[in-house]
Amino acid sequence: MALKTETMVLNMGPQHPSTHGVLRLELEIEGELILSVKPHIGYLHRCFEKHAEAMTYPQVIPYTDRLDYLAAMGNNFGYVIAVEKLLGIQIPERVEYIRIIMAELQRIASHLVAIATNGADIGALTPFLYLFRDREYILSLFEMTCGARMLYNYMWIGGLSHDIHPDFVRKTKEFIIHFRPTIIELNNLLTFNKIFIERTANIGILPIDTAINFGASGPVLRGSGLPFDVRREDPYSIYNRFDFEIPTGKGLVGTVGDCWDRYYVRVLEMEQSLRIIEQAIDNIPEGDVHSAIPKRIKPPKGTVYARVENPRGELGYFIISDGNLNPFRVKVRAPSFVNLEVMGELCKGHLVADVIAILGSLDIVLGEIDR
Amino acid sequence: MKNPEEIFELLKNEFGDTILGLDKDTPTESIILVDSMNINKIGAFLRNNNDLKFDSLMVLSGVDDTNGTKVKDEDGTDMISGGTLSVYYHLHSTNLKHKITLKVSTPRENPQVESTYNVWRTSDWHEREAYDMFGIIFLNHPDLRRILMPYDWEAGYPLRKDYKNPEFYKGMKVPY
Amino acid sequence: MYQFLYDLIGNEILAGLLVAVVPLTIILVFALFGIWLERKVSAHMQDRLGPMRTGWHGWLQTVADLMKMLQKEDIIATDADKTLYNIAPVLVFSGSFAAYAVIPFSSKLLGSEVEIGIFYVLAISSLVVAGILMAGWSANNKYSLLGAMRAVAQIISYEIPTALIVLSMVMLMGTLSLDKISQMQTSSFWNWNIFGGAVFGLSKFLLIPFMFIAALILFISTLAEVNRVPFDIPEAESELVAGYFTEYCGMKWGMFMLAEYGNMFAVSAIIVILFFGGYQSPIGYFGNSIGVQWLVPFEQGFWFIAKGLTLVFVQMWLRWTLPRLRVDQLMTVCWKYLIPYAFLNLIIIGIISLL
Repeated sequence: MALKTETMVLNMGPQHPSTHGVLRLELEIEGELILSVKPHIGYLHRCFEKHAEAMTYPQVIPYTDRLDYLAAMGNNFGYVIAVEKLLGIQIPERVEYIRIIMAELQRIASHLVAIATNGADIGALTPFLYLFRDREYILSLFEMTCGARMLYNYMWIGGLSHDIHPDFVRKTKEFIIHFRPTIIELNNLLTFNKIFIERTANIGILPIDTAINFGASGPVLRGSGLPFDVRREDPYSIYNRFDFEIPTGKGLVGTVGDCWDRYYVRVLEMEQSLRIIEQAIDNIPEGDVHSAIPKRIKPPKGTVYARVENPRGELGYFIISDGNLNPFRVKVRAPSFVNLEVMGELCKGHLVADVIAILGSLDIVLGEIDR
Repeated sequence: MKNPEEIFELLKNEFGDTILGLDKDTPTESIILVDSMNINKIGAFLRNNNDLKFDSLMVLSGVDDTNGTKVKDEDGTDMISGGTLSVYYHLHSTNLKHKITLKVSTPRENPQVESTYNVWRTSDWHEREAYDMFGIIFLNHPDLRRILMPYDWEAGYPLRKDYKNPEFYKGMKVPY
Repeated sequence: MYQFLYDLIGNEILAGLLVAVVPLTIILVFALFGIWLERKVSAHMQDRLGPMRTGWHGWLQTVADLMKMLQKEDIIATDADKTLYNIAPVLVFSGSFAAYAVIPFSSKLLGSEVEIGIFYVLAISSLVVAGILMAGWSANNKYSLLGAMRAVAQIISYEIPTALIVLSMVMLMGTLSLDKISQMQTSSFWNWNIFGGAVFGLSKFLLIPFMFIAALILFISTLAEVNRVPFDIPEAESELVAGYFTEYCGMKWGMFMLAEYGNMFAVSAIIVILFFGGYQSPIGYFGNSIGVQWLVPFEQGFWFIAKGLTLVFVQMWLRWTLPRLRVDQLMTVCWKYLIPYAFLNLIIIGIISLL
């Protein structure tokens, strides 16, 4: 007698411990095997782009904080660079240096969360707390600088909201000394853990041409083996002055482009960010961070697309100005939005447990996907 | 590595009249204006040509040009009639490191653009978003649904400049 | 214990009930203590303090939680199969509770002196599987169902290596009675089964490595049977929310928790009895040396609980260190590694014991 079987549709989310927010994945499963994955997004839609049209240019900055709330500095950075490009103004050296230090610290903080949650999804809860402990150091540095720990509104068009605290340089150096050994600790505890490798190596393999065609960026693209980094490809601010490497996935324990590669790229990137901070921290020139802030921000007519390397990938702002005080159109190219698209491709033929590992390795933030 | 003028010439030679012009007014980027019904072919050419290799679509953004005439609705609200909606394509070549911006325009009353889904898969969700926010229909898109708004949102397309919030959505008051 | 109470009261049922109170108290107290310990162990491993407000280092925290759970509204989903849904937690709990009936906490404190103790434990703990399947199916929730499927597959699979190791131990000891197995490992830790048991000569030294392997396999497979990390796939919180008890709340959920912690100690107790001398002291009894005989059973109780808690601590330690395996990898570990090795071990121990 032949048994009649049917596939089951499992709605993972919007309320689920490891969809990193309010993502809903519609899984079609047969037993534990995934037949198809359909992401449904929009549960956190806050009309950022519509709001931006009703705000003046500086008023938009606090809203950009809330896009990728784990890397708010990077969001500010992208937006102010776009507007500065539109205005065509020069930024003081001191501001550029501080911005880069902040952006790199933010990259480390954000990668720490990405790595931690990726591990927690797979069941390793202790590294999660270790990494959050280290993230606290960075958040304290930010708090010392601008008073906020998560949503900073720190970078302003043409300058910064505050100059750095007198203790900032010393504390940052202390952080670097403290942080280097914790990367080694992390590698011992999680990265090269046999079970972690079993769970992530050869899972969710993203071939390089698929990655490019889907527009993936950041660690997702680099994990597939392409050394593409906006900081190097399309240098903004003063990134061309610094010496750093672009880590790529090499298939150390599995195939190039698997979950483990994406994970490990983030670990290596933290190291590179430390290098950039070390190069910048001693060379901050004197100056006034407020000197170049325009009194009245009214860019000429025109369009601009500026992109920066956010921790999650290429963050782009497409701004159209019609010569008024508020932007005519702001479109955000959110890296997570684009990276999430590959989800359906990656999950085919894997098991339910792998969906979590793959989603964790993509490192999405729903704040910028839904905007 | 090619600059926008060279790319424009290449496209002009290949596609003739469907390339509408080169907009060099903005200081930050040059925009090639393209016919909305041929964008798929042009995209495929841009991706496959060995001198161009635009293999990555960075962002696809819908824009309400607001270049129509303002008219009063029967209940006294401003509506825009006529004019165009536009779609901007920001392309980039990971190989040759050059960038270009394409722009297509389509009439506001019946906005239709060819889908570039099969050229760059990035367009999949971006086109859904442009449809969601502006109501631009992307022909041949396999799954053109709303993406950020609820699937059953009936009050129109929010990023159009003449969009008006509905009073109620499923019995819930919308303006709070 | 039963005999003692029967002589005292003279009523079979009353004596049976009174005997049952002892393991129930132990399981409840252990669950309270175990949850608190788990929190503190995890907290200290993770660079934090854990509960600190209720009592000294938060030792009343689980009592407070229990109070909260008892007062909670008992919500049953409309589409749930109510009968099965209500029976399931009871069945799961009684399965793990019943196993305590034959565990000898000391030479004087054991519920029932059945001759087939270890066999009974293996059999009665299979009752849990039925309860888990009931819980998963009746809740009418897809996560519960997936969790229950995983749990049943896992527990049934891992019973095989467990049974094989138990079989080899039974073969060696020649008895199924847990009390007798404990008694045979008396006088010093050198007589524990992990060190080849209370035999002398060449065979003892030949046995030692295989005993270590057997103990390891038993530890791993019992770890999987009680769904602890790295084998906590049925309730993998990041995948299946809470697995088969996703839909439960209040005290019914509490009963699953009680059963889980009860099981943790029960399997530790089995390992202790089979390999680590049961309630026997590793260094001799203080009561014997000062000539106070009634002190000995208390010392035995202390040693038994101390050994059991050590193993529970190792379980917690693993939980807060390791990530979780995937369901197919879990099966691979069982069928491709543990069962063949356990089988081989059984044969080798058999041959050595014939020498």
